[in-house]
Amino acid sequence: MEKGSNVGGKTSNTYTGKLGSLLRKCVFTTLSVGPIPNHLAFIMDGNRRYAKKQNLKEGVGHNVGFSALMSLLQYCYELGVQYVTVYAFSIDNFKRRPEEVESLMDLMQEKIDKLIEEESIVDRYGIRICFIGNLKLLKDSVREAAERAMRATAKNSKSVLSVCIAYTSTDEITHAVQESCREKLDAIEQADSHNQEEGNNLLINLVDIEKKMYMVAAPDPDIIIRTSGETRLSNFLLWQSACSHLYSPSALWPDLGFWHLVWAVLNFQRDHWFFEKIKKQI
Amino acid sequence: MENGSVLQEVKLLNDPQLNPRRCSQVITMLLYMLNQGEAFSKIGKLGLLLLWHFVHFVVSIWYFAVGIAYMLESYLVASGAFKEYKTHDIAKLQYLAIVIESGEAYETSKVITLLKWLAAIGVKHICLYDTEGVLKKSKETILENSNATFWEGLDKRSSLLDQKLMTIEFASFSDGKEAVAKAANLLFVNHLKLGGDLMAPIFTERNITDALRAIGCKGPDPDLLLVYGPARCHLGFPAWRMRYTEIVHMGTLKSMKFGSLVKAIHKYTMVHQNYGR
Repeated sequence: MEKGSNVGGKTSNTYTGKLGSLLRKCVFTTLSVGPIPNHLAFIMDGNRRYAKKQNLKEGVGHNVGFSALMSLLQYCYELGVQYVTVYAFSIDNFKRRPEEVESLMDLMQEKIDKLIEEESIVDRYGIRICFIGNLKLLKDSVREAAERAMRATAKNSKSVLSVCIAYTSTDEITHAVQESCREKLDAIEQADSHNQEEGNNLLINLVDIEKKMYMVAAPDPDIIIRTSGETRLSNFLLWQSACSHLYSPSALWPDLGFWHLVWAVLNFQRDHWFFEKIKKQI
Repeated sequence: MENGSVLQEVKLLNDPQLNPRRCSQVITMLLYMLNQGEAFSKIGKLGLLLLWHFVHFVVSIWYFAVGIAYMLESYLVASGAFKEYKTHDIAKLQYLAIVIESGEAYETSKVITLLKWLAAIGVKHICLYDTEGVLKKSKETILENSNATFWEGLDKRSSLLDQKLMTIEFASFSDGKEAVAKAANLLFVNHLKLGGDLMAPIFTERNITDALRAIGCKGPDPDLLLVYGPARCHLGFPAWRMRYTEIVHMGTLKSMKFGSLVKAIHKYTMVHQNYGR
C-alpha cells in the first residue's frame, strides 16, 4: 500500500509490501460484494503544486506523479476495473512554457518505453495500451514511442489503459464530426458510381459520429476523479460523462492513494441505483 | 475445511479389504465434510455481506453528520454570521447553469424559489437544464412567477452585464449530443453546396460552434454549474459548453438551502483558472 513499495509496478518483497497487498486484497474482497466500476478515469492534476509544496525541482513533481499513477493502476486492476483512462496531456497544455512542454514530452517518451518492458505492470495485468488524442500534434519521437507501445500491447486483452495525450473533448468531437462527414461523402460517391440512390441517407446520425470518437473502444466512465480539489473537467471526456460520478478529492495527484480509491468506489456503490436510473433515461 | 483430512478419507477407499460397512462409513464422512465446506463457504459469504453492509452503514452515518454540519453552516451563512460571504464580485459569474434531476424538476415551486434566491444574490443569466425536458414544459409558469424573461441569445458576451431583468434559458439532453449531430448535418450540407464533394471536409472547433449557433444552440459556456440531485453528475449537460465550467454538487432540490447557494457562488468567485497553462 505504501507508494515506496510499489514504484514502477514492481511489488516489493518486503514485509510491509506483502502486508499491504494482503490488506488490499481483504478490502477489495469486501468491496466486491457490491457493484465495481468498470471504467475509471483520472485527471492527474497537481504535480507542479506538489513539487512546489515539497520544495522539489520543477519537473520532479511529474516523476512522482508517474509513480502514483503506477500504484493506482495496480490497485485498479487488482480491484477488477477493466478500463482506466488518464488525462496525461491536454492540447491546452501546449500553451505552457516551451521548456516545460519539452521536458514533459521527454518524460512521457521515457515512461512509455519503460511501460512496455517485460515484468512491468503492463505485462503482469495483460494491459492493452491505447493513446487517445490528436497524435499528429506530438513530436515524432513521442508519437513513435506511443505507436510502439500500442503495437506491443495490441494482443493483451485483460484490461485497457487509455492515455489521453494531445487531447481535448472538443477536438475529439470536431474530429468525429469531420470523419463522419468524410465517411458519408465516400458512401455517396460509392452509391453514385453504382448508380444507386442515396435518398434520405444523406443524414449523419448520432451513431455515425459516436463511432468516430477516439474513445469509442471503451464504455462511458463510471467515475471521473480529478485531484487537487478542482471542480471542472477541463475539456476531458465531456461527451462520455453524462452518467459519470464526478469526484474531486482535495489531495494533489502524487498524494492520491489507496484510500481515496476506496472512498470513490464506496460512493459509486451508494449512488449506483441513481446512475442505473439515469442510464435508462438517456 | 482441510484438504488433508478429505484426502485421508479418500485414501481409505483404496483399501482392498474395504467392506461395505466401512465403505458406507467413509462415504458418509466425506459427504459430511463436503457439507461442512459448503457451510463454511456460505458462512464466509454471509459474513462478507454483513461486513459490506456495515461499512456502508458507517458511511451513511458519516454523511448524516456532514449533512447536519452543512445545514448549520448554511443557516449561519444565510444569517450573515460569516463576514466573507457578505460581499462577492457577482460580475465574475456571467452565466450560471442549474442542472436538476428530472424527477425533482416537477417541483416547479421549488425551482421558482431557487430562481428568486438567485435574483436576490444578483445572478442575471441562468440556464435551467434537466435530462428529460421537464423544465422546458413548465417554461411559462417558471418565467411568470420568477419575473424573468426568456433567453433569446446575445451575440456579444459583453452585453450580458447590461441586462436588467434576469434571463432564463431552458435546455435538455437533446440540446447536447443530438444538437451536435444536427450541426454536423448542417456543416455537411454546406460543404456539399460549396462544391466540396471532391475534397475531404476539414472542420475546426470554430465551425462547430458556428453551426451550433445556426441551429439555435446560442447559449454561452456557463462559468458555474450547480447540480441539484442525489449525486455529483452533470446528467448530460451539452458537452460543447462545459469545457472550463466549475461543477458543484448542491444536494437534492428538496434539501436546497439559501446559505449553501451563497457559499457555492462565493467560492466560485474566488477560483483561479490556468486554462491549461
